[in-house]
Amino acid sequence: MSESDFLALLPLLILASSSVLIMLIIAMRFSHRIVQLSSLLLFLIAFSSLFYIRQIIPYFLEPLLVVDGFSLFIMGLIIFSSLVVNIISYIYFEEKEESPKEYYVLLFLCTLGACVLAVSKHFISLFLGLEILTVGLYALMAYLRGRNHSIEAGIKYLILAAFSSAFLLFGMALIYMETGSMDFTEISKNLQQLEVSVPVFTTGISLMMVGIGFKLAVVPFHMWTADVYQGAPAPVTAFIATASKGGVFAVLYRFFIAIDGYSYRNLILTLVFIAIASMTVGNLLALKQKNVKRILAYSSIAHLGYLLVAFIPGSSLSLFAVSFYLLAYIFTTLTAFAVVTILSDKDSDAENIQQYQALYWREPVLAFVFSTALISLAGIPLTAGFMGKFYILAASIQSGYWLISIVLILSSVIGLYYYLRIITMMFSGNKKKEVKIRKVHPAFYKANIFTLCLLTLLIVWFGIYPKDLMLFMQNLIMH
Amino acid sequence: MILIWLIGILMFGGLLAWLIGRWNRAFPRWISLYTVSAGFLAVISFWIDHYPFAFRSNNWLEQFHTEWIPIFGISFHLAIDGLSLLMLSLTFFLGILAVLTSWTDVKYQVGFYHFNLLWILAGICGVFMAMDLFLFYFFWEIMLIPMYFLIGIWGSENRVYAAYKFFIFTQASGLIMFLAILGLYFIHGQNNGSYTFNYFELIGTYIPAKIQTILMFGFMIAFVVKLPIVPFHSWLPDAHSEAPTAGSLILAGLLLKTGAYGILRFVIPLFPMAAKEYGPLFMLLGVVGIIYGAVLAYSQSDLKRLVAYTSVSHMGFVMLGIFAFNTLAFQGVIMQLLTHAVSTGALFILAGMIKERIHTRNLDQMGGLWTKMPRMGAMAMIFAMASLGLPGLGNFIAEFLILLGAFKANIWLTVVATLGLIFSAVYSLRIMKRVFLGSKINHQKIKDLNWREMTIMGSLAILIIWLGFFPQVIFKTAEVSINKLQYYLSVKKMDKTPQTSSLKTKHETISIKKKPIKNVRK
Repeated sequence: MSESDFLALLPLLILASSSVLIMLIIAMRFSHRIVQLSSLLLFLIAFSSLFYIRQIIPYFLEPLLVVDGFSLFIMGLIIFSSLVVNIISYIYFEEKEESPKEYYVLLFLCTLGACVLAVSKHFISLFLGLEILTVGLYALMAYLRGRNHSIEAGIKYLILAAFSSAFLLFGMALIYMETGSMDFTEISKNLQQLEVSVPVFTTGISLMMVGIGFKLAVVPFHMWTADVYQGAPAPVTAFIATASKGGVFAVLYRFFIAIDGYSYRNLILTLVFIAIASMTVGNLLALKQKNVKRILAYSSIAHLGYLLVAFIPGSSLSLFAVSFYLLAYIFTTLTAFAVVTILSDKDSDAENIQQYQALYWREPVLAFVFSTALISLAGIPLTAGFMGKFYILAASIQSGYWLISIVLILSSVIGLYYYLRIITMMFSGNKKKEVKIRKVHPAFYKANIFTLCLLTLLIVWFGIYPKDLMLFMQNLIMH
Repeated sequence: MILIWLIGILMFGGLLAWLIGRWNRAFPRWISLYTVSAGFLAVISFWIDHYPFAFRSNNWLEQFHTEWIPIFGISFHLAIDGLSLLMLSLTFFLGILAVLTSWTDVKYQVGFYHFNLLWILAGICGVFMAMDLFLFYFFWEIMLIPMYFLIGIWGSENRVYAAYKFFIFTQASGLIMFLAILGLYFIHGQNNGSYTFNYFELIGTYIPAKIQTILMFGFMIAFVVKLPIVPFHSWLPDAHSEAPTAGSLILAGLLLKTGAYGILRFVIPLFPMAAKEYGPLFMLLGVVGIIYGAVLAYSQSDLKRLVAYTSVSHMGFVMLGIFAFNTLAFQGVIMQLLTHAVSTGALFILAGMIKERIHTRNLDQMGGLWTKMPRMGAMAMIFAMASLGLPGLGNFIAEFLILLGAFKANIWLTVVATLGLIFSAVYSLRIMKRVFLGSKINHQKIKDLNWREMTIMGSLAILIIWLGFFPQVIFKTAEVSINKLQYYLSVKKMDKTPQTSSLKTKHETISIKKKPIKNVRK
């Protein structure tokens, strides 16, 4: 490996060594506070290293990895989400009985896995990244081992993830058998030159889709989502909903572009079916939920469906639509889960919708932030979610996919109902002078609120004036 | 520049009211009153400055244009003509009244309340000025969330249900319109190579007949839900009756008007052929609305619901008039938009005042209120008469012109629609009889209108009488807008030679005074 290879891998190397570093810090018996702050610093360094390597993109580390604008963008999103998750974790875990320190090691590993996914262009790196991510997640989900739901979530995810990895591997094997390569570009080259048996190849891709579909939690591979979202600690749920999905979606996109999956009619039809099913089922199932984490889980299923709508046309606009919507979705979801995290107390997460009653009168800032996030998820103007939805609709209508656009619109109307339900809950109720909840760690609490306000500001800013962001994305991704 | 200020001042005032409202309860009221009054004065002085000469030229009175999201060809483009100016004046006028009516009505979260109120007004102003379809949709949606809060937080008992219903109806229909906007955008882009949401460029787009029909229905669904026209009206009685008084006033006076404005500004110029083709259908829907609304209004026992159903009936006239496609009917429609806002708004305010005093909206528990509140009785009489279309009051001019115009387009529908006038007399008189006359029901002491309430009702009464006697001012102001509509309808868009954004209607400008006479003689 040359020097520049190391440079291109800088973010990954920082993340990997950070986990070791944090382990050492823990071994030296520093306090939770030090551990949290140093991991925050390391995340910041990893994030800023992305800007540093911007000059050398696109950079190919044959045969496994590629660092180009798109992967840089996705890595930025992933590391940013981990950063936010890290910030909101302190108060949450400080109050729990388990030792919170190892949590940060796992967080770094998961982030590393997701980032590897974002840069991989080869089955080996894909699988490696995926496994680093999921193995870390098993532990994170069951981190609060005293809670029944937490253990249940971990085991459920373990079994199903292992199962789906098997599908993924088998699919890869079939594709390898037919094309003789595991490199995305090699595969597409061989597809054109060799005599490939189409049934075997499409079977391979379908099996891979099962595996990927499971990780993305799209219908019909969504069964685990609600339970896992509910059972996992709130910050971990935020991570699952944002960083892990971002990484998997990025690799799916890269793979599809490389093998030109858009030329396979059946594949596209399957994707259309999955998108429609995710949008409708996700939104319908969320209607009757009384648990905020479960509502957000089902809503994330629907949002992955929206992302697929942007993904299906495969035009240049759809690349931007996917990127923009991912950004909007990740920012918004982080904000929503951050509010849930902050409101959680020692014994349980703030997941019952009743707990949000009259929140506006108790915690106006949090209620406002949460409402903005929900409005953005619902895709209403003045928020990034609306611009994202506009991008998606533009991409799909440009290519003439009217059916999925109409389904998107109808299902997002259904979605409105449950978002509004939470908002209504927060603004209803009597104005009671309740005893101020004691803020255990005022400095950290303020940092949390500050982060939340910043996120909200960004959501609104991108919703009103997305021009700069769009130009930035174009410059970055076009390289 | 004045255009952006109008929106900006409302938004800024709203934020200020919210922030200050956390410390003081009275300030938000004064802040909103000053903001809305400032806007009103600005609009009125603009009107007076330009009247009547500027309203004769075909140029837009005022424009504001700047890039917004150039990647998609979206610009921040505001412009007003006579029609917009009329609607803006109405917006600010009713805005002042809305602030005044909620002076004592709103008791908690005063700051947040006024924030919502002002932001609704800002959204409505934006809708009346936007000349970029994306921007139009943006404003169209902006007013929804504050309205949702207004109904959902400060409404009466069944408020949450009503707020949901309102929001989901309007949002769903709005999204369908958004799809149609995007469809239009791409068709235009593929034809001309320039992707833009600019209204003036999109007007000239050549659209195949079949697609034009689909897109037109996409637009119409949003406007018809807002207007509302049977069978899309079911959100309206709930929203109107549960909303606080100022909310009902804005809903009836302004929000419904955005639907009519949308049809006049967008549907007819963009899809003239499809509009013509389906005109009779929409006229029929309008007539159904007139009769249905009137019949249901008669059978209500809830005062606010009653008034809400009269809105359905009156808006049927608007629909009938628009799709009659002639100058007389257009003039009538614009009058109807203004007079309905005033008369129905006044009735809602009255209902609110009654509720504040005797804590019910149920007609069975009212009766004989005239003797206790003679001033209110007199005011109610004026607006009940306006609602039934008494000559001398604005509504008469509006409905008369609409029927006159519609008669030329479709005789039988007009004959049926005219029955609506009889029904309106029936329900308006029923209001008077059940509430103010008849046997007295013993209530404790009821105060008559105080000076604040007299100001509100008095200004509305003067306005409705003024509209009844001097409608020419309105016609002159809207003259060019109406001529443009006629021009778009006369251009054959189906030709292979697409007309590019030509607003040069000079040769088309016909003196309005002559035309009606000619038409009548025919």
